[in-house]
Amino acid sequence: MGIFVDKRTRLVVQGITGREGRFHALRMRDYNPDVVVSGVTPGRGGHDVEGIPVFDSVAEAVEQTGANTSCIFVPSRAAKDAVMEAFASGIRLVVCITEGIPTLDVIDMLDQADKEGSKRRVIGPNCPGIITCGEASVGIMPGQIFRRGPVGVISRSGTLTYEVVSILSSRGIGQSTCIGIGGDPIIGTTFVDCLKAFEDDDDTGAIVLIGEIGGRDEEEAAVFIGSMTKPVVAFISGRTAPPGKRMGHAGAIVSGSMGTAESKVKAFREAGVPVADTVNGIVDIISRLL
Amino acid sequence: MKLHEYQAKEIMRRYGIPTPHGRVAETPDEAYEIASELQGHAVVKAQVHVGGRGKAGGISVVMSPEEARDAASRILGMTIKGLTVKKVLVEEAVEAVKEYYLGVTVDRSRKSIAIIASSEGGVDIEEVSAKTPEKIAKMWSTPREGFMPWQARNLALAAGFDGGAIAQVGAYFSSLFRLFLQEDAELAEINPLMLTKDGKAVAADAKITLDDNALFRHPGYERLWEAEGDDPLEQEARRRRLTYVKLGGDIGVIGNGAGLVMATIDAIKAEGGEAANFLDIGGGARAEVVQNALELILMDKAVKAILINVFGGITRCDEVAQGLLKAIESVSLDLPVVVRLVGTREKEGRALLSDTPVVIADTMVDAAKRIVAIAGGGM
Repeated sequence: MGIFVDKRTRLVVQGITGREGRFHALRMRDYNPDVVVSGVTPGRGGHDVEGIPVFDSVAEAVEQTGANTSCIFVPSRAAKDAVMEAFASGIRLVVCITEGIPTLDVIDMLDQADKEGSKRRVIGPNCPGIITCGEASVGIMPGQIFRRGPVGVISRSGTLTYEVVSILSSRGIGQSTCIGIGGDPIIGTTFVDCLKAFEDDDDTGAIVLIGEIGGRDEEEAAVFIGSMTKPVVAFISGRTAPPGKRMGHAGAIVSGSMGTAESKVKAFREAGVPVADTVNGIVDIISRLL
Repeated sequence: MKLHEYQAKEIMRRYGIPTPHGRVAETPDEAYEIASELQGHAVVKAQVHVGGRGKAGGISVVMSPEEARDAASRILGMTIKGLTVKKVLVEEAVEAVKEYYLGVTVDRSRKSIAIIASSEGGVDIEEVSAKTPEKIAKMWSTPREGFMPWQARNLALAAGFDGGAIAQVGAYFSSLFRLFLQEDAELAEINPLMLTKDGKAVAADAKITLDDNALFRHPGYERLWEAEGDDPLEQEARRRRLTYVKLGGDIGVIGNGAGLVMATIDAIKAEGGEAANFLDIGGGARAEVVQNALELILMDKAVKAILINVFGGITRCDEVAQGLLKAIESVSLDLPVVVRLVGTREKEGRALLSDTPVVIADTMVDAAKRIVAIAGGGM
């Protein structure tokens, strides 16, 4: 169980022969050898990456290895094409690690993914991926820090998630699924999408939401949490960030009065969601809630 | 990448959107010349990447070429919100009977493009949106859906345009949308769009922000980039390909991952300190990147102490530590450094740093406490 990926996930890695793609494909296979079934690099069909077969197209990978999920490591200028190819080939879930994709490409690929009321999903782009503990890792998260348990984690950042997860694990609190939704202004899967899925997931008992400045995703999440039965703890990074500056992530920017940490903290407090002031505070609160 | 008004207007003209006649000047004499061509009655406008130019005295209406020269010599070189004015736009003064707002931007929540019109032009659109939302007409679209002329006309109608202006403004809207897509903009805005006595509409002020991630599709845009908007250290960071933001304090911060660095800066503030910068060295944290980052931090003379917070998920901590040692040696670092290293082979990493003056912290909060104590001279 867990959300979006599990032991039934069959993964094709697009861009598997590149440096990053190759490195992480092997790490994902280490996490669960059943999950990683194939890779795609146009022109490299017939080769293999330490035993993982490589195909020229996603369609071939789907047909011959039963892939249902794709993890994308192709360069930013080719990413939209790669996502479109995956969906056109019958893939239902695309986890897009690639950073720096033009915003209009992201809008366009998400728009196409949504076509015909399909149940297609993009996680990311510019995200560290997703891990359902003990079942499947799709992306670049360091598998060894996770341990199985009842806490779902949703975050806009990578290393800050690892930080929180390692504190959780060291205190004996395991995780169901941890998902990095990405630091771009436009992303496929939002906090609300993840909260909905966690609410319906039997393995998840409580949720940690790690937000940051920029956009209105956290405010929308706060409203949704009002209708949930499971407890959520929130954390916002960038509380002291100056307005108008992009803090590393393309989406982490306060524009005018939009996207401030105060607005997000206020939204959570009004929804009765505890907001931790420090990363350790997140774990203190969650351990009381479980 | 933010463009100057004069650059934005050049692009808009290419898409058939009328702007006042005029050109950019870098000297008072050039301003005189341009104003003469415009028969004297002109506006002289500072070209800087901040709002509130008018209030700061950066915009002047002049009645003669002589006045234009005087205005330009006053405005050129003045500082507006920390930015020095190097260019002025001299253009014909337009008399408006009504001012409107037209904008195309990215709507994060709806994952689409928002097209916005308002009968309240020439003011801050955010304020209009907050106080009188009924005066704003909005539509959403995507590259696939496009934006049809009838939709543009309906939007103009909803924003309060009437008569002949509906078709005319509708056409400008279509142009602005086309510009937004073809130029890979994040924002394309006309504020105000002035309606003149003879029923013509003209873009009196224009703003365009381009998507940095799409610059590969527009090789010509690199030359449009004018660096005066950035702090010198931010310019240096751009050259070094580091993700850096200058802040006001005295504690240099290096970390891997944007969220982690932001949280580190917050933790420093919570302990009573002030970070000098945001600097994300990315997931890998390789030795040469650490060195590059340290060199940049040391160029900031305000920095009194440095906090390095690395979560070595996949990266091994002993490799990070070795990189750090090399870096500290090569830049002959003499400022106090607190390092917080977590992840694979953490013990080995810490052991490598144990014989150095580097202070090792256990947690992020612990690291923040120590660095604030050091920077404050308490240790």
